[in-house]
This record gives sequence, structure tokens and C-alpha cells, in this order.
Amino acid sequence: MLLVLIPAQAATESYGMPKLDIGKGGHCVADPQWMRVNHMKVLFQQRDETVRLGIRDGKYSLKNCVECHASLRDNSVIGRADSFCEGCHRYEAVRIDCFECHSSKRSSALAQQESK
Amino acid sequence: MSDTDVQRRQFLKTSVGAAAVAIAPGMLLFDMAHGKSEPVSSKVRWGMLIDTAKCATGCDDCVQACNKENGLSGGLSPTDSQWMRRVDLRDMRNGRELSLPMMCQHCAEPPCADVCPTGASFKRADGIVLVDKHICIGCRYCMMACPYKARSFVHEPLHDQKPDVPRGKGTVESCTMCVHRVDKGQQPACAEACPNKSILFGNLNDPESEISKKIRTVASTQIRADLGLNTGIRYQGI
Repeated sequence: MLLVLIPAQAATESYGMPKLDIGKGGHCVADPQWMRVNHMKVLFQQRDETVRLGIRDGKYSLKNCVECHASLRDNSVIGRADSFCEGCHRYEAVRIDCFECHSSKRSSALAQQESK
Repeated sequence: MSDTDVQRRQFLKTSVGAAAVAIAPGMLLFDMAHGKSEPVSSKVRWGMLIDTAKCATGCDDCVQACNKENGLSGGLSPTDSQWMRRVDLRDMRNGRELSLPMMCQHCAEPPCADVCPTGASFKRADGIVLVDKHICIGCRYCMMACPYKARSFVHEPLHDQKPDVPRGKGTVESCTMCVHRVDKGQQPACAEACPNKSILFGNLNDPESEISKKIRTVASTQIRADLGLNTGIRYQGI
């Protein structure tokens, strides 16, 4: 895992790519560089399987992305220049509309909010 | 390269490997989404039998539970979403009164899906009628086609949606029979919340299920049965 992260880290610095707050981080469901290129494809594929066929245990789940990668400061993947999703999307100027409908907050944080 | 450098590199390689081995098992315990990996099948048809005799006048626990589970505001203005509403009926001739919950009837032949120009309205193999909001264009034909007035359009931007129930402006939505709960093996929120157990949820295709047995033994009604839609929600005592 560390061996994979080291070249990615180097690339981030040398090309002026955004530095992201990756939240809890940890071992991603796939190689981070591969995910940078392909996350939208696998998310689209899985969303159709989930909505239409009811398959709910796929590994490319948006909810799982948020669960690990929401910032530990505000429990969100959007809203700041270094947020996990928004950081790159701002840099690439790609509009991200997932979170107009989907929750951008970690579900454990939402549960806490509700119990208050 | 000096001998010390080689040794140092060797040491670093080994320690990185050891660290990976030490961390990996914990990481693999990472909680994947829970739920079935098999697609839903038409061997199951989810439905409900609502016993209006047990449905107490003035009680709206099912509606409240629905609003809470799905993150609805509970407002009653024409632009607020209502997935489930309580309907009070009164027979003018003899004064008989009854209440019942009214929502998407999860038709076997859903008119909403028939008229949808994009294929966003659809019926899942297990009989649950849903809107795929990813491809809904918000034209609202389905709202006009639905004989039960079961669907709502989201007029305003929303915030803090439930992680299991994505909802957004510009799309049509309705009762999902709590599909996220059903897929986990739970009951819909309304059925669970009813204090009188007047909502019986189950598999209409399984002759041994409680709901099938009850439908065989008591008189049940489909609302607007004349339309031949074969609804998944049945009522008893109306």
C-alpha cells in the first residue's frame, strides 16, 4: 500500500495537483491512480446495478467513498478547496452533481446530528 | 553506491513490507456495503395488506415514520413532497368513518412507467415501482398518469438528504416501499411504525407468507381495481 502511495505523492507535488484532505483514508477499493482515472465509470456502472437490480454489496459505492474519505474536520467530501471530491473537480473544472441528491456527509456524523 | 547505502535500502524495503503486512489485515476488515449481491428476482413480489379496521382515526404514525425515514419535510404545501398521506373517508348515508394510508400502490402494470419518456420510472423485478432519478428529466408525465396521485415533484434544492435515500430538485419521487430497508431484509418504516399492526408487509408470490395466507382468507380490495393495474397494496375493510 505504502509503495503505491509514494509515487502518487511525488506526482501530486511535482505537477501542482491539489492536495486533498483524504479523511480517514486507508486502503482504497482499487489503486488510487486507477481510481483517479476510472472512478466515474465504476460509479455509473454500480449505480445502475443498485437502482435497477437491487445489488447493494458492490465495492464501488458512493456511500463507502464518503464514509472513508469525508474530511475529519467537517465530515464532508465537498465544500472546500481540499475536500476529497471537490478538490480535484475544481482543479479539473468538472462540475460534480452527485451531491445535489446524494449525501456528502459521513453517515455516522449525520446519525450524531440527529440524536442531538 | 556504497555498501551502507545498499544496506539502508534493503532495510527500508523490508520495513515497508513488514508495515504493509501489519496494516493489511486490519484494512481488509474494512466494512463493505452490506446487502445481497444477487439481482432481485420476480420470484418475489413485495406487497402490503392494510387493515383499515385496525387503522385508528387521528393516528398518523405511518406518515411520520415515512417522513423521518426518507428525510421528507412533512410540510403540506403544494410544493412539498408527500410520499404517504392519511385519507379519511365518510359514508354520507350512514356516517361510517374510516381512515387509511394512501401511497404508491406499486402496480404490476404501472401507468407511470408506461408514460415515462426516458425509462426513469420502472418496476423492479420484485414489484417495487421506482424512479431512477439519474435519468429522470422532471417532465412529470408520470404524476399525471398515476391514478392515485402518489407522486411528488421536488421543486426546491434540498440539503442533508439521508445517505440511503437520495432526493433532489427537478426529479419526481414517490414511495419506494423503503427499498433500502427491504433489500437489507427489514420492513418498510410505515409497517414497522404502525402501533396497531394494521400494515402487513410481505411476499405476495409466496403462498406460505403471512400476507398471502391472509389474502386467501379475508376479503381484500385493490383501489381502482377497474383499471386492471394489479396493485401491490391491498386494503381490507373498505
